[in-house]
Amino acid sequence: MCGIVGLYLKKPELQIQLGKLFKPMLFEMRSRGPDSAGVALYRDQVKPGQTKFSLAHIDPNFLWKKLGNDLAASLQCDVSIKVFGTHCILITNAQEDLIKKYLDAIKIEPYVASNEIIYKKISIVGSGKSIEIFKETGSPKKVYEQFNLTQSSGTHIIGHTRMATESAVTTAGSHPFATGEDLCLVHNGSLSNHNIIRRNLEREGIIFQTENDTEVAGAYLTWKLRSGYTLREALEDAIRDLDGFYTFCIGTKSGFAVVRDPIACKHAVLAETDKWVAMATEFRAIAKLPGAENAEIWEPEPSTIYIWGEE
Amino acid sequence: MAILNLKKIGVSGVNSALHKIVENSEKDFEIRNPQGQHSIACGINAPLNVEIKGHVGFYCGGMNKYAKILIHGHAGVGVGENMMSGYIHVKGDTSESAGATAHGGFLVIEGNASSRCGISMKGVDIVVGGSVGHMSGFMAQSGNLVICGDAKDALGDSIYEANIFVRGEVSELGADCIEKEVRPEHSAKISKLLKSSGINANPTDFRRYGSARQLYNFDVDNFESY
Repeated sequence: MCGIVGLYLKKPELQIQLGKLFKPMLFEMRSRGPDSAGVALYRDQVKPGQTKFSLAHIDPNFLWKKLGNDLAASLQCDVSIKVFGTHCILITNAQEDLIKKYLDAIKIEPYVASNEIIYKKISIVGSGKSIEIFKETGSPKKVYEQFNLTQSSGTHIIGHTRMATESAVTTAGSHPFATGEDLCLVHNGSLSNHNIIRRNLEREGIIFQTENDTEVAGAYLTWKLRSGYTLREALEDAIRDLDGFYTFCIGTKSGFAVVRDPIACKHAVLAETDKWVAMATEFRAIAKLPGAENAEIWEPEPSTIYIWGEE
Repeated sequence: MAILNLKKIGVSGVNSALHKIVENSEKDFEIRNPQGQHSIACGINAPLNVEIKGHVGFYCGGMNKYAKILIHGHAGVGVGENMMSGYIHVKGDTSESAGATAHGGFLVIEGNASSRCGISMKGVDIVVGGSVGHMSGFMAQSGNLVICGDAKDALGDSIYEANIFVRGEVSELGADCIEKEVRPEHSAKISKLLKSSGINANPTDFRRYGSARQLYNFDVDNFESY
């Protein structure tokens, strides 16, 4: 199962309503994936030289402000922190690699959840200029409330409701998976050759956080883009190299892309008006958008790449 | 005419109303605000006239018996799946597996149908005004599938005794599916189905595809495999 949804706004005046318009879309897909939910939201692009990180930690009382102060002192850089439940959005002018190294090296106080002591590192769930990723176990409603998404504005958003198949129900195993600067991927389906591709990518120096098949698809795109491919070229190769059932929705800095496997048995529908483009696993998620009844609606073809906003 | 507002009464409310039919009760229904919900007008067992004003989700009109269902919009996966009799007419496009496993009745799609149209059909007649996606007519057992546009890859793969008629291009035939002669009885069938569907096409433009009967008949050369 799993449900995926994407909304790209064509009219700037609609941007303040992005979270509100997207809410019923994600909620409608709860029945396809009640285990976890997540969104990648594109908003408030940072200044040149700055990077925006989406960070997560299992402890809801984690001292993000302290982390920000320590980081600023240690790396002699500017840091701003905004906390949303178990996540925080960190904006800094420090180099991305230095931030990653710092976060990887710091000692985290053990977090006691019920009677179990958990030593968890901070996970970087996304990074780039405008992307913000929020994901958590539980229903779309819980995720929307925890991260105060109804009020959020932005240019576009993609989301996922997960019914776990290939790996455990954890925040780390939730989608979207960040796959490079401002790029993320959500997936409906399952990949059958993810283990061999993971091993090949590990040899290329790509580090994985989970056993999840979707993370492999994301990492594959990261590797291709890092090698200088355009998004379209990377997706053309992905159709050739990734085996399994999939409908992918890929968020990019300026839009989103949709691609289905050659058999195309994982559902997908696209709809477009002069105000928005929407993608969903089932039309009922799109039906709640204003103007959906008269939108141009079609089913994406197998092995065909659809891109909005990019190129 | 009874009006059923799905936004107010939900799919269960709509379907309950369509199932509670007794003699002399209302036979004409209009369903408003379908909102792409699944299983609308499923399991009808009476000669009703049902009009749906908007796009529907999966399995609309599934298991239909006797009813005439008109959908003013697009339909999701499996419209008319397992229909036994009656008539379903979709004004827009349909998603995959339209008319899947349907035993009887008549399904008309004015627009395009996606992949696996008429999969495992068991006696239904289907007319598609536009084109169909890949693997249409897969394991089709009986009935007629009339395609006024093109058919994508693997048409009629592993087909049994259904007839597939295509006016446009066929990108590729599936395993054990071959082109066959259009005999007078086939032309007559195409004419009749086109006329009933209200879709305008010249019956002589169609080619017929069916089973080579190599896959589903036992071949003594394969004896050792069993």
